[in-house]
Amino acid sequence: MKRLTFLALAAIAVTAHAQTLRIGLAEDPDILDPTLARTFVGRIVFAGLCDKLLDLDEKLNIVPQLATSYEWSSDNKALTMKLRSGVTFHDGEKFDAAAVKYNLERHKNMPGSNRRGELAPVSSVDVVDPSTVRINLSAPFAPLLAVLTDRAGMMVSPKAAQGAGEKFGAHPVCSGPFRFGERVAQDRITLERYDNYWNKAAIHFQRVVYLPIVDATVRLANLRSGQLDFIERLAPSDVPVLKNDSRFRIARIVEIGYQGITINTGKSELAQKNPLGKDPRVREAFELSLDRDAIVKVAMEGEAQPGNQWVAPSNRYYAKNAPIPKRNVARAKELLKEAGVANPSFTLMTPTTSDAQRVAQVVQAMAKEAGFDVKIQSTEFATSLNLADKGQFEAYVLAWSGRADPDGNLHTFIACKGPLNTSGYCVPEVDDAIEKARTTLDPAQRAKYYDVVAAHVAKDRPIIYLYHRNWLWAHSAKLTGLHTIPDGLVRLQGLQMK
Amino acid sequence: MLNYLLQRLATIVPTLFLVSILIFGLQQLLPGDPAIALAGEDRDPNVVAFLRAKFHLDEPLPMRYWYWLSGVLHGDLGDSVRIQKPVTELILEKLPVTIQLAAMAIVIALVIGITAGVISAVKQDTWWDYGANVFALWGLSTPNFWLGILLILLFAVQLGWLPASGYVSPFEDLKGNLAAMIMPAFVLGNAFAAVLMRHTRSAMLQVLSSDYVRTARAKGLDERVVVLKHALRNALIPVITLGALGLGELLGGAVLTEQVFTIPGFGKLIVDAVFNRDYSVVQGVVLFTATVYITLNLLADLAYYLVNPRLRH
Repeated sequence: MKRLTFLALAAIAVTAHAQTLRIGLAEDPDILDPTLARTFVGRIVFAGLCDKLLDLDEKLNIVPQLATSYEWSSDNKALTMKLRSGVTFHDGEKFDAAAVKYNLERHKNMPGSNRRGELAPVSSVDVVDPSTVRINLSAPFAPLLAVLTDRAGMMVSPKAAQGAGEKFGAHPVCSGPFRFGERVAQDRITLERYDNYWNKAAIHFQRVVYLPIVDATVRLANLRSGQLDFIERLAPSDVPVLKNDSRFRIARIVEIGYQGITINTGKSELAQKNPLGKDPRVREAFELSLDRDAIVKVAMEGEAQPGNQWVAPSNRYYAKNAPIPKRNVARAKELLKEAGVANPSFTLMTPTTSDAQRVAQVVQAMAKEAGFDVKIQSTEFATSLNLADKGQFEAYVLAWSGRADPDGNLHTFIACKGPLNTSGYCVPEVDDAIEKARTTLDPAQRAKYYDVVAAHVAKDRPIIYLYHRNWLWAHSAKLTGLHTIPDGLVRLQGLQMK
Repeated sequence: MLNYLLQRLATIVPTLFLVSILIFGLQQLLPGDPAIALAGEDRDPNVVAFLRAKFHLDEPLPMRYWYWLSGVLHGDLGDSVRIQKPVTELILEKLPVTIQLAAMAIVIALVIGITAGVISAVKQDTWWDYGANVFALWGLSTPNFWLGILLILLFAVQLGWLPASGYVSPFEDLKGNLAAMIMPAFVLGNAFAAVLMRHTRSAMLQVLSSDYVRTARAKGLDERVVVLKHALRNALIPVITLGALGLGELLGGAVLTEQVFTIPGFGKLIVDAVFNRDYSVVQGVVLFTATVYITLNLLADLAYYLVNPRLRH
């Protein structure tokens, strides 16, 4: 009898344990309000907390979430969406077209909103009927669907948002699979299962705890000692440690972002003061001195896909007319000779993250063989952003976490008036092609416009794209049902402990 | 006594005022625009402008200092921009964690440091002494983060005895709390134990060679009584000061240890705030730490006063 009781207790203990999923995050998220949120890591928590109108699948196709279908108007200036019925927010309020209108207007109008830029072309939102909403645009805007798969598509409870005002992020109320439990800053965020979730059959945990553990070694130690079930952003150098351990699994997928070197070609007068910014031949020589395969192997332990554009070669919008150039040191030297600078020197500003530091060192060594004297300037991240925005740099190693639509990786950085165009690059033909790709819905036609952009960018090199990292996740072998989506977010639907 | 206390208290006010100016001024020297750091990866110009206006970053420095100071005088340290929580609340949330860590660390440091120091002095120039010196050298020269990671790998990953990192409140689970805190407390206390050991040793050596100790021995007192009662008591005076100052340092300086062990305390709060340019948090926490430091100094002086009768005259 005693033995039976013990077994029953043990079984209950195991079940209780299995009902909590513990996820190790690489950073502490910022405010949990989809309108104001600014960090990538915050989006991982939102994936459990706030459903979006649309979502992405493994191949970056747009799939339904809170909206079940959508249709463009004949002039492509209005998007009509049918909404899922029977959905409620965590406070019991009903999700309907009026809630969508409220949310999109909140994203657009709330002071300090980070979504305003993403939704700039949205001119108004009409409630057609309780389950149908129409988003009117000032001009056709192809990236809108992808934008609605991210924070701009997240729906919060209008009642809760009105009540809490700008403090809403301290206690967010959405309609995702888990509701907000508690947050202890820098320690943990706890979410509790929402029993009225519309897709509750796909949810197999009672609770999710997100623990920010900045140090990758300590994050891994927590997984190995059994205190975490899942960690995001496993360090590439730790892959061999886990590969042969049958208690764990590693999952990976190529990111939608990129790692590259931005070159100041016209942001400030510094551009004209160094040969790299001034002369396209020097930039070509610099690129030819680099071996992307070797960079990936040495700096990323092979956990990245070499690339030379704002999207990875495996992406449907990768422009095939601008393939990755092979390393050619002899040609690089010739080009430098033609440019009249046999040993050009420039400063490569590098954030202090270990990835960026390693890339800079490998680049420095490779470029030296062609005659370049690269001086690495390690700069704390916030300071480096500031210097980049002011044009106080010659070249800058910078990663971008990426957006699902190629426009999100391109317009901001390459268009003349792109807010993050730190290179100072401005070519009217490129601007025109980017703009046309934004207003065209047909993917084949859009790809043609991106071919035009790629041809220019490959020649002018305002950014030398290097590679696209693998999102690396490690988890207990007992955890199954993980969907690897290139946006790097951890969807909780389908995850379960066997 | 009262006069002495009042005198000391009177010096605290101008000191704190100067500290507040220093904190505010030094922070302005940090490179990088806080609005850009706060605006996140997108750095949307509208958001940057909004943040700049909201936090008065576009106003002259003296005005900004005045806004902050008047808030502080009313007991309002402002809100964290990043997570929108009042700084006072954050301090109250994190303080007990760091106090516990620092208290455990100082107990470990005192026990190891004073014991090793006394043994080393009494057994001067023996293997005991050499061993204690090697320990002190090791403690001083081992970086906290390195020792922390080694301990995690040994006790959490290999042996599975202790959790790798994190924190549980003692009110929720006392055993879990001690298990989570023992490694970081040891790492933090280890380096300080070495300092205490060196000081205890030299103070003990000095006292042991003094006349009154010789007299005590001549009286035929037991060696244990001579060392522990007569010599150690006097030798402890500089060690007490050091201990009090050390506690202040441990409170503010648990930065690396808290980072490695992901302990949500003061050190982690301030490091994250500096990197995120969360000014009000940095200012609030530093001002608070400075106040604690100054208060501990005062308490150490009072302890002097009580331990050493000569100071009373």
